[in-house]
Amino acid sequence: MKPAPLAYARASDLGHALALWREAGPDARLIAGGQSLVAGLNLRLADVPALIDISRIESLCGLGCEGGTLRIGALTTHAEIGRSEPVARHAPLLTEAAPLIAHPAIRTRGTLGGSLAYADPAAEWPACMLALDAVIVVQSETGERRIPAADFFLGLFETALQPFEILVAVEIPVIAAGRRQAIRELARRSGDYAMAGLAAAGTPSDGGLRDVTLAYFGLGSTAILAAGAMRILDQGGDLEDACAALDDDLDPADDLQASATMKRHLAKVLLRRVVAALSPVMSTA
Amino acid sequence: MTTAFSESVGIALRVNGEPVSARVEARRHLIDFLRLDLGLTGAHAGCEHGVCGACTVQVDGLIVRGCLMLAVQADGCDVWTIEGQSDTGAIRDLQDAFIARNALQCGFCTPGMLAACADLLAHDPAPSRAVIREHISGNYCRCTGYEAIVDAVEQVAARRGASPRAAE
Repeated sequence: MKPAPLAYARASDLGHALALWREAGPDARLIAGGQSLVAGLNLRLADVPALIDISRIESLCGLGCEGGTLRIGALTTHAEIGRSEPVARHAPLLTEAAPLIAHPAIRTRGTLGGSLAYADPAAEWPACMLALDAVIVVQSETGERRIPAADFFLGLFETALQPFEILVAVEIPVIAAGRRQAIRELARRSGDYAMAGLAAAGTPSDGGLRDVTLAYFGLGSTAILAAGAMRILDQGGDLEDACAALDDDLDPADDLQASATMKRHLAKVLLRRVVAALSPVMSTA
Repeated sequence: MTTAFSESVGIALRVNGEPVSARVEARRHLIDFLRLDLGLTGAHAGCEHGVCGACTVQVDGLIVRGCLMLAVQADGCDVWTIEGQSDTGAIRDLQDAFIARNALQCGFCTPGMLAACADLLAHDPAPSRAVIREHISGNYCRCTGYEAIVDAVEQVAARRGASPRAAE
């Protein structure tokens, strides 16, 4: 349960990190909060010859809002996002999601950028980025690349990041007036990875919702937009029809926590709960 | 690779208020550094992959998993373990309540549990039982069933809250 011997260097800035990485070769790994990576190193799941510590690069820290866009630096921790006032105002989904991630002593170290680059299919942040139409900003020696979240998550622990590209920030359109966001997940125990989860956004309209985004997590090899159910809800369709459409949208596999059949059932439970959360409170009069 | 990369790294940090300088293997995680190199065996190495919480210590005022942070990453940091927290008396009331309420049996989880509970009370002076349970959800206890731990934290919160008013 101890990491194998490895080499280490701490990067002082982004250019330094890229130079160190080039020197160490593509098998070297970046470490920030290390909350998944160090667990993997302890278990010797990964053969890592060298670590480049990016956790003290100032330009990857902090968050701010400008021109209708909330920009969150890659090193921002789950805990920082959870208590950020600008995040609560401009992307309340993230405020709601943060406490669902692992445990307090992990949220103090784990970073947004690390979670997105790792791309665990059961993690909350990738689904949130899909639900909010975020742009993932990455930097290489040749310049910056801006990747829509929908094009970023490619497969199981696989992203559009190329070797020698560093995820530096995400940019999220601020929530529009009248729009609502919500996240629900079902986990066996608080802090466990969810058996199934749903991050969503929508605008209440004429008793229904429009411009709905439904990003499921824990139900496939990546976070998944449920296109069929989204279309039905956008067109003012029935909630149960949208639930039925999930049978085509999602193709979960059995895992240790739940069978595929149970996961399909949980996806529908979550859709009903999220639609209720996004909809205005019904008058009981 | 050049000398920028090294398998052993010099670090300087503060541990329980005292300056510490050491050369550590890059692969050494913080909890092994504290326990094996500094002899601070209060916090425990349990699962060593971030699940059990027995290694919970405080770094720069925040609780962390000692097994999921490399010792090199603690360079320049201010680290507190149960030894330091006990010596300052900062959590004496919490420790007394754990004893009075039988909130420990074998004691393996207790240093990490105290660190998590102290962190909660520092940020939320009057947590509900549900909030207490949520905050210690990352700290496994296989003896108590948690109920006595929640009792102890609740009691300390009530007493800390009551004492300023009692003094008025």
